[in-house]
Amino acid sequence: MGAEFVQLSLTPMLIGILAAIACALPGNFLILRRQALIGDAISHVVLPGIVVAFLITGTISTWPMIFGAAAASILAVIIIEAIRRFGKIEPGAAMGVTFTSMFAAGVLLLEQSDTSSVHIDVEHALYGNLESLIWLEAEGWHSLIDPATLATLPDELTRMAAVAVLIGIGTWIFWRPLKISTFDETFAGSIAIPVSAVGFGLVVSAAVAAVAAFDAVGSIIVIAMFICPPAAARLMTNRLESQIMWSILFATLSAILGYVFAGYGPQWIGLDNAVSAAGMIATVSGLILALACFLAPHRKRLGAAENLGQ
Amino acid sequence: MQPAITLATEYGKAVEIAASDDQSPLAIRELTVSYGEKPALFSVDTVIPAQSMTAIVGPNGAGKSTLLKAALGIVPRLSGNVQVFGEPVEEMQDKIAYVPQRASVDWDFPARVLDVVMMGLYPQLGLLGFIKPSQKKHVMECLERVGMAEFAERQIGQLSGGQQQRVFLARALAQNADLYLLDEPFAGVDAATEKAIIAVLQSLKENGRTVVCVHHDLATVADYFDHLLLVNIRKIADGPISEVFTSENLQATYGGRLASTHIDQLKLPAS
Repeated sequence: MGAEFVQLSLTPMLIGILAAIACALPGNFLILRRQALIGDAISHVVLPGIVVAFLITGTISTWPMIFGAAAASILAVIIIEAIRRFGKIEPGAAMGVTFTSMFAAGVLLLEQSDTSSVHIDVEHALYGNLESLIWLEAEGWHSLIDPATLATLPDELTRMAAVAVLIGIGTWIFWRPLKISTFDETFAGSIAIPVSAVGFGLVVSAAVAAVAAFDAVGSIIVIAMFICPPAAARLMTNRLESQIMWSILFATLSAILGYVFAGYGPQWIGLDNAVSAAGMIATVSGLILALACFLAPHRKRLGAAENLGQ
Repeated sequence: MQPAITLATEYGKAVEIAASDDQSPLAIRELTVSYGEKPALFSVDTVIPAQSMTAIVGPNGAGKSTLLKAALGIVPRLSGNVQVFGEPVEEMQDKIAYVPQRASVDWDFPARVLDVVMMGLYPQLGLLGFIKPSQKKHVMECLERVGMAEFAERQIGQLSGGQQQRVFLARALAQNADLYLLDEPFAGVDAATEKAIIAVLQSLKENGRTVVCVHHDLATVADYFDHLLLVNIRKIADGPISEVFTSENLQATYGGRLASTHIDQLKLPAS
């Protein structure tokens, strides 16, 4: 592993790992709050947000796209809350109708508008372009300590790293309020924890992770990483602290193995084309979850079965 | 008659809290709560005496749990005023320990018994405060008091209903409060747990604390409690058990849903 690895594989791998971790962290809490679908919802509504941002600005530069995606996510969260409260519909259904309609609207908009000159299409939205986020200027491992070359790192990497660190620090600082209000909301309210603000902050951080990751790796990874690593991690342990650590490990493992399998896997079985890294990373995370279902130590829990009926 | 303090509510209606109630652990005035169009509680007034063991009794849907949650500000109050030791409840939350209904949480949550009881330390610890050895010791003592010390490392989903209720009580003890509000602490627990819980509550009372329980078992009201609040959306009656626990009041509370033969079987101190 030398210069070629640093140039072509290091940055996409790092971006994949950071995106996976940034999504898996809030995913742990979303799953325990039975809001796992919110990650799915946010990653779908990002599409209309981006298309509208393109139609308004006429460019696909990064910041308008991110702003459009963020605006669409917040709009979706508000619509979901409104449907749930005023329509008295269960949260899963409220999320389901919101994200499918908004995603469909995004596809319609995309079809009707002239985006043929630029690279936005549904496939890109799903799989991103992880393989293209290479570091051409790098000449080997020593480039990692060369400031001039470091400055040429893809923007996606810097952005994803900033978001992952931000979410990591946020989870650490607000650990206790998050944990207490996720376990026992009424008790949390009785000790002056601002329960609604904590819930909203969690959803917003999930939206930030989804938007940043979408930009780099597409929505398939986002959807998979919100659910698969935390769900597999839950089966490994009975403590939230260790569950978070396991989910980070599984997210990292999915990103690395997925990237390697996508690049080299087809050669191993005699095919000559590589497959989509994003698709493979998501698949690996699903396989890890499947393995955990069969082999993990805490998959048979009292109480877990009765919760399925709720 | 002592002079009264007049407070203006946000609806401009004057609500008086008599000076004699000034230091009550929990004084509720004209509390109205509504979920949607129907009121869940309507204009409830009550003053809980210090160092009392108070039962809140009423039929299903009478607003008993809502009364506790609204007093704590967990559900919004439409109108009314709640004071704890003479101060607005919002400023006194560290003096109150609240035990929600056991069934209101998901016991499959990844936490050990110890982790749950530690949650009671949060008001002292804040966001990032370290848990001192003395605080850890305090948590273990609380578990000891409810007879759960040996289960400290156990995952909470592996406990029986009674054990889960004891863990909730230990968390409240860890808060070291002056006012304890418990929502149905005896619901679905075994006889041994019921005994253990009532012993702990009684020791709290003996140490100068005030205990308020939503309670559903009329047969044990007179044995466990010394003060009673009967509610069915409105307050029906409140006062010492010996005066308030009467068949007339129970009929008024349960609206004839309580068979008179059932009432006859109760040990009614006031009849």
